[in-house]
Amino acid sequence: MSVIGHVAVNVFKESVRDKVLYNLVGFATLLIVVSYLLGQLTAGQDVKIIKDLGLAAIATFGLLIAVFIGIGLVWKEVERRSIYSLLSKPMRRDEFILGKYVGLALTLFVNVAIMTAAFYVVLAYMDTQFPDAVRASWPAPATDPGMLRAIALIFFELLLVTAIALFFSTFSSPFLSAALTVGLWVIGHFNRDLRNFEAVVKSRTAAYLARGLYYVLPNFSAFDIKTQVVHALPVPASYVVSTAAYALVYMALLLAAAVAIFSRRDFK
Amino acid sequence: MDAIRTEALTKDYRVGFWRPRRYLALDSLTLHVRQGEVFGFLGPNGAGKTTTLKLLMQLIYPSSGRAEILGRPVGDVSVKRRLGYLAENPYFYDYLTAEELLQYFAGLFGYSAVERRRRVSQLLDEVGIGAERRLQLRRFSKGMLQRVGIAQAVINDPDVVFFDEPMSGLDPLGRREIRELILRLRDRGCTVFFSSHVLSDAETLCSRVAILAGGRLAAAGDLSEMLAFQARAWELVVTGLSDTVLEKVTTSGQVVRATPLGAQRYALELPLSAAPDRLVTNLVAHGAQLVSLNPIRETLEDFFVRQTGAAPRDRGLEPVAR
Repeated sequence: MSVIGHVAVNVFKESVRDKVLYNLVGFATLLIVVSYLLGQLTAGQDVKIIKDLGLAAIATFGLLIAVFIGIGLVWKEVERRSIYSLLSKPMRRDEFILGKYVGLALTLFVNVAIMTAAFYVVLAYMDTQFPDAVRASWPAPATDPGMLRAIALIFFELLLVTAIALFFSTFSSPFLSAALTVGLWVIGHFNRDLRNFEAVVKSRTAAYLARGLYYVLPNFSAFDIKTQVVHALPVPASYVVSTAAYALVYMALLLAAAVAIFSRRDFK
Repeated sequence: MDAIRTEALTKDYRVGFWRPRRYLALDSLTLHVRQGEVFGFLGPNGAGKTTTLKLLMQLIYPSSGRAEILGRPVGDVSVKRRLGYLAENPYFYDYLTAEELLQYFAGLFGYSAVERRRRVSQLLDEVGIGAERRLQLRRFSKGMLQRVGIAQAVINDPDVVFFDEPMSGLDPLGRREIRELILRLRDRGCTVFFSSHVLSDAETLCSRVAILAGGRLAAAGDLSEMLAFQARAWELVVTGLSDTVLEKVTTSGQVVRATPLGAQRYALELPLSAAPDRLVTNLVAHGAQLVSLNPIRETLEDFFVRQTGAAPRDRGLEPVAR
């Protein structure tokens, strides 16, 4: 196994030992409780609401892990000085950063995979609770595999959030990193508004500035296709692939910047 | 080829936000450490020892000067394969067991799974924590963590190993075990560079030492040479010495200090310039008997205090006085 692999496995092990995967219990509990409650309250809309809620929960739980583990990935090593022993081993600083990133990506992957499996199990159960006539009226089957496209983009969004958190954690405190990461995530979800800013302002400078920010800031709204898949609206595979590619390029740039900053740091 | 070589190695920091000033942590350190020796790097707290070690491990970058280990620039990954390092008061991932931590570190050196298991098992026994191998590090005492630290520093069977205060947190038995480990490392040809302010350890283990004070090199050299010719007085032990004779030799200035050891038995300290044979003849003529006569040599502690006490405290950028 490569150095990056060893570091990544250790990050994953830390997540497991620090009980990060307990969030899955929260996710499962939420789904089961809400499914039960919906069964008592609504008629016919249960599956659609579960789909909405499940996809939103996967994104939210994933976001919490990406931000709150991502911001501590480097900071904790430096603050606790465990990095002294680690960097004295035959390892380059870029390998350390990439190992940390891959480790958290692996943790997120396992989380999202388990949440997805639980989500489909709940939906499959709900599917058995309705007669064929009701099921025929749904825009898509309860266990519609099309939802995997939305989950795939949620995962790529989480990878991008992780890269942002890791980037900030190479030079700032956890609090500041968290604030900046969440701030970028919020702005990124309203990014499309920046593109058409000239429609609402008269100043050409402000319009150009907004257009510039549109291209520089991460466009998180592009990853959100939850509404489309829940309503069985077509989402071309090419859109999923190009959005994933956008995430990968953005991540690569962020990781390169993180490595550049981290490689010059003094660990006092 | 030297194991470690630094040339005018300097590190300064900017301190203060509004009116930044330069703080000189290490000033033009030039040091050569030979292969296979146990080299003591001594100095009071804040002397720059840890800064030097961090520069050698490339945890910080020098402001100027350069450093080489085994003929290669510090930070070179091929050299890191041949190094070991124990940081001062090390912290390790407390969610891992001692065995898992060492396996992780051994993996970074590219050892196979079988080799990792063999080395880790052997090392844990060697540092005395074999029985606790499956205990999470969060349950370890400071001394046990120090032993883990020492084990991880030698996991790759290094050619050069750096110990920053290796005896810290260890009980007397532990200190003795680590001293024996260091001597075993030396016997198999490993260069041991160890930083400490515990002088007795340095005196026991080191062939050569460097003393750092105020960020500057105050002295460096062969320990035996440093101390061999540093006799500062004579000690004469006599018995049957009467109070009258004692008073006479004391007031005449022939004896600097008289320490009673028992009835009419004294340890007399004579100045180095004195001729002890004449005094001995005189005392014997007055009924005293000679027990022993020895030069009082400077200990490493005396030497250390003299060197570090005289070293400049100012961290300015004037040239180093050698």
